Amino acid sequence: MSKQKDFVKFENVDKSYDGKVLVVKNLQLDIAEGEFITMLGPSGSGKTTCLMMLAGFETPTNGEIYLGGKAISSIPPHKRGIGMVFQNYALFPHMTVYENLAFPLRVRKIPKDEADKKIDKALSMVSLQGFASRMPGQLSGGQQQRVAVARSLVFDPQLVLMDEPLGALDKNLRESMQYEIKHIHESIGVTVVYVTHDQSEALTMSNRIAVFNDGKVQQLSSPDELYEKPVNSFVAEFIGENNTFNGEVSDISGGKCKVKLSNAEITANPISVKSKGERTKVSLRPERALINPKDKMDNIHNGKIEEVIYHGDHTRVRINLLGNPEFILKVPNSSANLDIKLGNEIKIGWNSEDARALDPK
Amino acid sequence: MSSETKQILTTDGIPLEVSLKKAERKNKIKAFLLVAPLLFFLIITYVFPIGDMLFRSVDDKMVTQMLPKTFKAMETWDGKELPDEEVFAAFHEDFIKLVEDKREGKLSTQLNYTKNGFKSIIKKLRRASKKFEEGNYKEQIMAVHKRWADVEYWRAIQRRAPEFTGQKYLKGMDMYVNEEGKIVSVEEDRRIHRVLWLRTLEIAFFVTVFCFLMAYPIAHLLATLPMKYSNLLMICVLLPFWTSLLVRTASWMILLQQQGIVNDFFVGIGLVADDNRPEMMYNKTGSYVAMTQILLPFMVLPLYSVMKTISPSLMRAGKSLGGTPFVAFWKVYFPLTIPGIGAGCLLVFILAIGYYITPALVGGASGTLISNQIAFHMKSTLDWSFASAMGLMLLSGVLVIYWLYNKIVGIDNIKLG
Repeated sequence: MSKQKDFVKFENVDKSYDGKVLVVKNLQLDIAEGEFITMLGPSGSGKTTCLMMLAGFETPTNGEIYLGGKAISSIPPHKRGIGMVFQNYALFPHMTVYENLAFPLRVRKIPKDEADKKIDKALSMVSLQGFASRMPGQLSGGQQQRVAVARSLVFDPQLVLMDEPLGALDKNLRESMQYEIKHIHESIGVTVVYVTHDQSEALTMSNRIAVFNDGKVQQLSSPDELYEKPVNSFVAEFIGENNTFNGEVSDISGGKCKVKLSNAEITANPISVKSKGERTKVSLRPERALINPKDKMDNIHNGKIEEVIYHGDHTRVRINLLGNPEFILKVPNSSANLDIKLGNEIKIGWNSEDARALDPK
Repeated sequence: MSSETKQILTTDGIPLEVSLKKAERKNKIKAFLLVAPLLFFLIITYVFPIGDMLFRSVDDKMVTQMLPKTFKAMETWDGKELPDEEVFAAFHEDFIKLVEDKREGKLSTQLNYTKNGFKSIIKKLRRASKKFEEGNYKEQIMAVHKRWADVEYWRAIQRRAPEFTGQKYLKGMDMYVNEEGKIVSVEEDRRIHRVLWLRTLEIAFFVTVFCFLMAYPIAHLLATLPMKYSNLLMICVLLPFWTSLLVRTASWMILLQQQGIVNDFFVGIGLVADDNRPEMMYNKTGSYVAMTQILLPFMVLPLYSVMKTISPSLMRAGKSLGGTPFVAFWKVYFPLTIPGIGAGCLLVFILAIGYYITPALVGGASGTLISNQIAFHMKSTLDWSFASAMGLMLLSGVLVIYWLYNKIVGIDNIKLG
């Protein structure tokens, strides 16, 4: 069976709750079969609403959603056959783990021996064999979370939705669960739509990430592209750390542009600026800027170290550079950088290609 | 833990437990002093009256104290044939004393409870006793009336000898101890209490069912509506609490009477003929309607408090896993509301079983409950011991229900909010 390119398709979807504000604006989104796609965005950006529309708990105000080529707006949630993992797990507290997993099988009238096999398989997938007779209240948060994942997969849905499933876990557990969910996805090839506001979660797990803001998809691309090549300043600021310079384009030619700051000029890569005189915000990832660069770089400036913060594996250095007192550098701790001392003047360099001149916003 | 576990000592050598108790004693005393006023209040207004009620319901000292010598003389009497002269002489002595104190009337009333026919023969005995000669009282008393020569009447007197009796309880169940000392039911046409007990249970049961059926959707709505609407609805639910019970019942009288608003409406929409207005008051219907409305909040509140804690994502999970809305409700939502249902039903049932004012006003003859009968005996017949007995039977009935509930559902599952 060939993989469907637009297994899930949002077509011109609008959603408004009160008739005054559009929570989702003219959404176009194709999700391929077997893909792990993450909807990432700040709270109130419309990502959960999209998920709820897909699950069938909300109806689009306008537009249509297709699942496997079929319009699903008029299909009630229980007939969509979509697995779902909820933010607070939503395990049925009065049922054992076994009964929780048996629920979707029982309503599908699957014979008991076959159901038992499926439940066993699902539990072993999340390494929870032997927990079948426990009540959810007797499990730890991470275990409950696994049960929720197992329950969403036990009836072999083609599509699983996850609504910030790791939000309630502590940091270490969250990270290990990220890998676990990623591995489950890889091993069974189910299509996953994952909602989160945690960018590192999105970057680790997904094939593609849709960054939501203000009811719109700002950028839809693979994690590395999203991080390396943000298309607008919202994405640049939302994903990862970011140094910015506000300025005006003074010259644009040959895939490069000059940006005039208040007291200097830098060279940048024009992404969303077209012509001279436009306002712009230049975005530069902290790890792209180097101290005392040995290679030839087309931007080299002097800055003064304002703050040094020890972070274990790296040191964060805040530098006052070209009128930006919040310029951040990440210096690996292995390199013996003796120059990094409070108040020192140092040279900072970067390639113009990495300095992306985006919309001014 | 084994008994060999070492006793843990604090640094100054005092066992830890002793030290801990000492440290906590002050707080315990403080805590006790805080609840002490309430405790005394409860003892005075609750424990003491109930104890008194229990005592009254079995107390039968009156006759015992009126005929002390007679009962002493009767101790050796086997009750098969007429007692001998000794008993008669003792009875005469007691009786003369009662006549002197003008208390023989009370004796006749009391003995008449036990056996009909004592009233007249005691009156006759009083008159005759003035002319009695000393000695041979047996002959003289038996000559007053032929019933005094009937062994049945002497047995009836003997039955009143004990200081305590359970006969009020038997009476409450339409039973009594007959001449042979057996417990039997009264004739069928005089069994009024059993009917009342059954009716009380029936009305309490159905009121609970109606309350549940109405309260469940309301509570669900309250728990799921956005705050600004649910607050308004909550006020509507609580409004009856802020209105006098009497006023509410009276307003039901206005609504339900034959020329009342509800009947007018039915006639108006052509549901019933004007000359055939249904009676909705002074019968069971009246009790059902008014009691359901009045007890509804007691069902809504516990249900609401439980439903409020149920995450809406559970129903969604049920649906997303493939359950129809009904299956999701029945398998997921409903089982989670059982603690609230238990609390609400228990509360409403217990309140309904002892309900008084409303059935008294709108219940009529066929809608009154056992509590109305208790009130009747408290106020009209002044048979307080009987009223106490029925009150205690009601109380123990409630305790039995509570116990049953605990056995079946488990009291830990109750949630009142």
